[in-house]
Amino acid sequence: MTQGQSVEKILVPFKSVPDPYAGAAASTSKSVINPFDEIAIEEALQIRERGEATEIVGVTIGAPAVDEQIRAALAMGIDRAVRIDDARALDPYAVARILRALVEKESPQVVIMGKQAVDDDSNQVGQMLAGLLGWPQATFVSKIEFLENKTRARCTRETDGGLEIVAINLPAIITTDLRLNEPRYVSLPGLMKARRKPIETLTCEQLGVTVRPMTTTLSTSSPTRRAAGTRVGSVEELMAKLKQEAKVL
Amino acid sequence: MVETLVLIEHDRRQVKRPSLHAITLAQQLGGEYALLVLGHGLDEIAASLVSYGAAAVIVADDPALAEPLADRYATVIAEVARKRGTKTLLGTSSTFSKDVLPRAAALLDAPMVTDVLAIEEMDGSIAYRRPINAGSMLATVKVEGDRRVLTARATAFEAPAANVAVCPTERFLFDAASLPNGVQFISREQRASERPDLTESRVVVSGGRPLRDPETFERLVGGLADALGGAVGATRAAVDAGMAPNDYQIGQTGKVVAPELYIALGISGAIQHLAGIKDSRIIVAINKDPDAPIFQIATYGLVGDLHQIVPQLIESIRRG
Ligand SMILES: Cc1cc2nc3c(=O)[nH]c(=O)nc-3n(C[C@H](O)[C@H](O)[C@H](O)COP(=O)(O)OP(=O)(O)OC[C@H]3O[C@@H](n4cnc5c(N)ncnc54)[C@H](O)[C@@H]3O)c2cc1C
Repeated sequence: MTQGQSVEKILVPFKSVPDPYAGAAASTSKSVINPFDEIAIEEALQIRERGEATEIVGVTIGAPAVDEQIRAALAMGIDRAVRIDDARALDPYAVARILRALVEKESPQVVIMGKQAVDDDSNQVGQMLAGLLGWPQATFVSKIEFLENKTRARCTRETDGGLEIVAINLPAIITTDLRLNEPRYVSLPGLMKARRKPIETLTCEQLGVTVRPMTTTLSTSSPTRRAAGTRVGSVEELMAKLKQEAKVL
Repeated sequence: MVETLVLIEHDRRQVKRPSLHAITLAQQLGGEYALLVLGHGLDEIAASLVSYGAAAVIVADDPALAEPLADRYATVIAEVARKRGTKTLLGTSSTFSKDVLPRAAALLDAPMVTDVLAIEEMDGSIAYRRPINAGSMLATVKVEGDRRVLTARATAFEAPAANVAVCPTERFLFDAASLPNGVQFISREQRASERPDLTESRVVVSGGRPLRDPETFERLVGGLADALGGAVGATRAAVDAGMAPNDYQIGQTGKVVAPELYIALGISGAIQHLAGIKDSRIIVAINKDPDAPIFQIATYGLVGDLHQIVPQLIESIRRG
């Protein structure tokens, strides 16, 4: 590991989503930090704890209700947080354009964020933000190491064909995959301390950005359910079903 | 002008077949479409694409594109789309297109819709149906603006037929020296497998947490897959525990499969896993817990210990 100066600032954008472990009743359940973003926060914390970064700033976009997830992120250990006050149903491209304005204001050296939000499953914002800024990107990352006095980072990416390693010049955008780390639990003292940490609120107007979502959800529906099948009592019975009834063998 | 530009994926030797399924969506959208391939040394790959009914096969072939680096690829893709007056830029959902296309969308100032399952006519314009919340809901969305970027779920669209007269192949010329240089390729894991590709196989056998270690996983999940000539998949729990490599993961954040026969060994049936298997024709579940949620969607369920059942099953298949 190269020694030397540390990354001054890491920006971690995160989204508030319905608890993915709540199952079918998801719409009525409580909100949590998107699991992939929680992994991004954890990674930033570990980087700072290794002495490789100085400050971690979190950002989320939403109504005051998301302050609960901001408190959770502060309790995990990020230094300060920004809430961009916008309660509209934004699409990924609108989110990316708002985040670009914040990146230009904060000038982080690294942005770490989840590869996808588990409610919308779009997997777009990080890549769009990188494109808008003209910054390098490493997506679906399961390992990050800084190189050459923190001017580059070596990232292991999870792809359809297995693992791939790239190096990216900083500043850059990194999006996280599930196996990057295991996020820590929020401790009670952490939560108490988080109450005293500042949450800055900004509007799009204050950031100087006007965006209108270009994607609209017209309706949602439940997919057709698979009919429950039959139980078989033995390997022989299963084989018979697969051969004679399903005709797949 | 081509209305639709379809990004085709390859592994340097050949086209990745699932990426052809986006052509079927292009045909449903109507109008002319062109196919686009990027890389280096693409002559044979380009030649294999000329009879899918496209107006042209556009080839961006240069040593600078030898590796699929997002910053370079997105720049070239956006340039082709702009020069061709493309309205819809289209790819198949994969880690490659999910890396590159959102970036290209930003360069084109266009919105994007991920994982399109179907299109619908709505008040004279096109709306797209896509899964949200790990596939537990479907959303119908419309987009504004002159341009849009889409990825199609391969399992939701048939493979296109290659039966149309040969179309021209055009080389796309660009200034390689001016491409971004912020991402450098270092290495890629090379793992040779005799087994069929997970997303294309007729049979998929998957294993979950109780498979314990790579050896047991390979012996039971791999053994059953080989007896059936199938591919091997895994749950997140099995991948996290190091029993199987990351690219075996099936589900919300892994691969989506829809084989004729899917066999789930020791898999509880979490919604995030079901997101990747729901469209399989026949689902077989073997689980020792009679109340495991997987049984609610399995065509055939067998309650019992997989360590005893799977060797019997392999034996029974081998006997014929
Ligand atoms: C953001 C997010 C994304 C996720 N993405 C994915 C994804 O893409 N893919 C995915 O798979 N998961 C994903 N998950 C994880 C998912 O929620 C489940 O935790 C996971 O699928 C469980 O894997 P499993 O079924 O192997 O393990 P478990 O849930 O632990 O189930 C093991 C099953 O094995 C059975 N069993 C135990 N011993 C035996 C035996 N001897 N014989 C027979 N049966 C036995 C048990 O009864 C149990 O039903 C995601 C989770 C989150 C939060």
